[in-house]
Amino acid sequence: MLNVQNLTGGYGGVPIVKDLTFQVNKGEMFGILGPNGSGKTTLLKMISGILAFQKGTVNIADQPIQTFSPKELAKIIAVLPQHSNQSFSYTVKETVALGRYAHQSGWFQTWSPKDEEIVQSVMKQTGIHHFHSKDIQSLSGGERQRVFLAQALAQEPQILLLDEPTNHLDLSFQKELLDVLKAWTREKGLTVISIFHDLNLAGLYCDQLLLMEDGKLNIHHKPNEVLREERVQAVYQTKIKKQAHPRVPAPQMVLLPEQQEDQQNFTVNASILKRTSERIVIQTPQPMKTLSSGVIGSGTGWHDSFINRRVGLDYDCNDHREEMRLYLKENGFEPSDCVGMMTAVNLDDLSHLFIERDGCSIFVVVTAGVGHAIDASKSSQHDMHLQPGTINTWIFVNGSMTEEAFIQSMMTATEVKTKVLHDLEVRDPVTGTLATGTGTDSILIASTQQGEEIEFGGTITPLGKLISQAVYKCTSEAIAHYRNRMDI
Amino acid sequence: MQNRSIRKRLANNRLLAYACSILFLLISMVLGISIGSVHVPISSIIRIVGHEIFPFISLAQVDSMHLNIVLNVRLPRVILASLVGASLAIAGAAFQGLLRNPLADPYTLGVSSGASVGAVVTLFFQISIPFVGAFTLPLLSIVSSFLTIVLVLGFARKIEKSMRVETIILTGIIFGSFLSAVISLMIALTGDELRQIIGWLLGSVSMRGWVYIKIILPFLIIGAGILLFNARELNAMSFGEERAHHLGVDVQRRKLSVLTAGSILTGAAVAVSGTIGFVGLVIPHLTRLLWGSDHKHLLPLSILTGSGFLILADLVARTIISPTELPIGVITALIGAPVFALILMKSRLERSG
Repeated sequence: MLNVQNLTGGYGGVPIVKDLTFQVNKGEMFGILGPNGSGKTTLLKMISGILAFQKGTVNIADQPIQTFSPKELAKIIAVLPQHSNQSFSYTVKETVALGRYAHQSGWFQTWSPKDEEIVQSVMKQTGIHHFHSKDIQSLSGGERQRVFLAQALAQEPQILLLDEPTNHLDLSFQKELLDVLKAWTREKGLTVISIFHDLNLAGLYCDQLLLMEDGKLNIHHKPNEVLREERVQAVYQTKIKKQAHPRVPAPQMVLLPEQQEDQQNFTVNASILKRTSERIVIQTPQPMKTLSSGVIGSGTGWHDSFINRRVGLDYDCNDHREEMRLYLKENGFEPSDCVGMMTAVNLDDLSHLFIERDGCSIFVVVTAGVGHAIDASKSSQHDMHLQPGTINTWIFVNGSMTEEAFIQSMMTATEVKTKVLHDLEVRDPVTGTLATGTGTDSILIASTQQGEEIEFGGTITPLGKLISQAVYKCTSEAIAHYRNRMDI
Repeated sequence: MQNRSIRKRLANNRLLAYACSILFLLISMVLGISIGSVHVPISSIIRIVGHEIFPFISLAQVDSMHLNIVLNVRLPRVILASLVGASLAIAGAAFQGLLRNPLADPYTLGVSSGASVGAVVTLFFQISIPFVGAFTLPLLSIVSSFLTIVLVLGFARKIEKSMRVETIILTGIIFGSFLSAVISLMIALTGDELRQIIGWLLGSVSMRGWVYIKIILPFLIIGAGILLFNARELNAMSFGEERAHHLGVDVQRRKLSVLTAGSILTGAAVAVSGTIGFVGLVIPHLTRLLWGSDHKHLLPLSILTGSGFLILADLVARTIISPTELPIGVITALIGAPVFALILMKSRLERSG
């Protein structure tokens, strides 16, 4: 559709875009990225025909762009301006109708039924139909942007050029606009070429991305390849982190702010453990990065309050999450800052241990009840009914863990727990075999993310060794306490 | 709120807009012809004008003095005022749209200063070109206004090939200031002609006769024709030059034709009547407020409103402290400014309320 070869150009003889070559296929959503001053807008101006270039060629449908008259060009390329300020008031419909300019010909440029039909249809598609007689100056930024989108679409273009279309738009309009454009590329074969500042939006919606650096091509590829951590860090000269989008296979980048000066260092140990007969609480001065399977705050996140709550053996509630949320609120906790677990065991039977070695320290808290221990290899013989009697394991790491270390720590802790059950000969009451855990075990790995980076948490790594030592000791102790109490 | 919905309905009703504007022009004309030191009854006016168009209408009942006053004094005066008002108003509307600047008027580009220099030079040096005689002044005035616009546009093009409107406005201001200084210089140096020069500069449509109408009319027809032909392009260009380009407008060519046409209109108007201010600035705004910004209608409606307004302004100028005549430029601003202020205030209040 669009073929750019060795394009060089700029203002007043100084080239801003240098020797750029790429091509855009029909029906593609094509994103142009680059830091400020990298020549994105200049490139767009040259493609849209309002800026002459010094060298190279821009071909549209295999025809050089210079050979098109303004009207011919406007029938192929439409541009959605970044923002448009007009000094005089026009109605929405008058504004959209201007999009038909290029299609009208003759001395009197009469308004044909086809023009009317297209204007009505694009106004409907962009959802501006119901205020077609309003003055555009009285519209909000988002509404106005849709009016200009309708104007551009009224040109019936094959290529739509956009310069940061989501600028000035709130979240829902950003999504709406890009969803509409994406749909048009799929359904009508419209080619969309857009400048993006927001790498995440670009990664989410574009089929192809072009990354510019100092007016030159850095890379033109699929989003996942273009949005590589090292590449974006180098081009934008800033610290970012790449992660996966939770729902769709698209890369997402997050900024890493410089550490704040008011951030205080802290260590999690027994001194901040608070226990009542009803709950065990640890609150940290700053949120910790967590990976957990609690009732509240499960998955990964950042939390500063950790609560292990005792509920009666008869606790039964259809919506235990909501009940837990209310409980936390009533007791002065903010549920979104909490990782909350439940247990039926007596909280006096908890066991905790702080150990430190080679500058690395962890604090482990375990409550254990094994009344309903299960052999995981034979769990198919159990029904779904969840019964109280749970091993809750908390591991607080004073260090900065990688995601890998989080997952390995969890494996290490689980393996150790299973080994404890074997060594203590805890048996599955249903199958009579050695148990590996209970049906409702929960685990929390929390890291201060301060200090030296801990890359691994496997069993033979320094962190793994600490975890295995502490978890083994705490779990054995907690089960012993539990058994003592049950025997009495 | 109610006012607003009324305005909406009016804006949708183009027919009503034209009907109101034409009625306003007709009433202004009749008043302009009828009122004066000698009162001419409206029935006589209708007969006289009717007779000119359809000779079979009898003039038997018309006073011959009335006939003389209407045909040789008032009618040409009213028509000249209306043509000048029309030229300035449509040129102003086009310039505001093209330059995307509500403060633009026909005089922004310095054309009026150019025309004035021609006129003042004629008065200052008492120039009289053979065969042209009394019409030396309008002729030199038009010639110098054309020279000015050619210089302004040529200079703007030299500064920047794409001739952005900002550049054109600045160039216009530079030339305008320079030419105004030349006029001031001549005023400072002149002796006997001072009153004549000042009087011309303040503007007047009195005692010009039918010849002046013949001078301005062709320019009005050509200029207004070009502007009306570019109405849709003006709509597009009032969203910005880049926007217009993207919509398919040949910006460079259209810009030049609008600027040239507007300057022709302005130059001719200034040549026949002096620099009458305010009409070109305010009438387009007023029309826009009342009937909307679409140039397809804004331009013709500005013509009608501008004509009527200048006829009324001239009527006030010659009657308010009769027999002394005030300069019409003074009156346009004296009436126009408060009226415009009121309308502006009302529309802004509506918008915010």
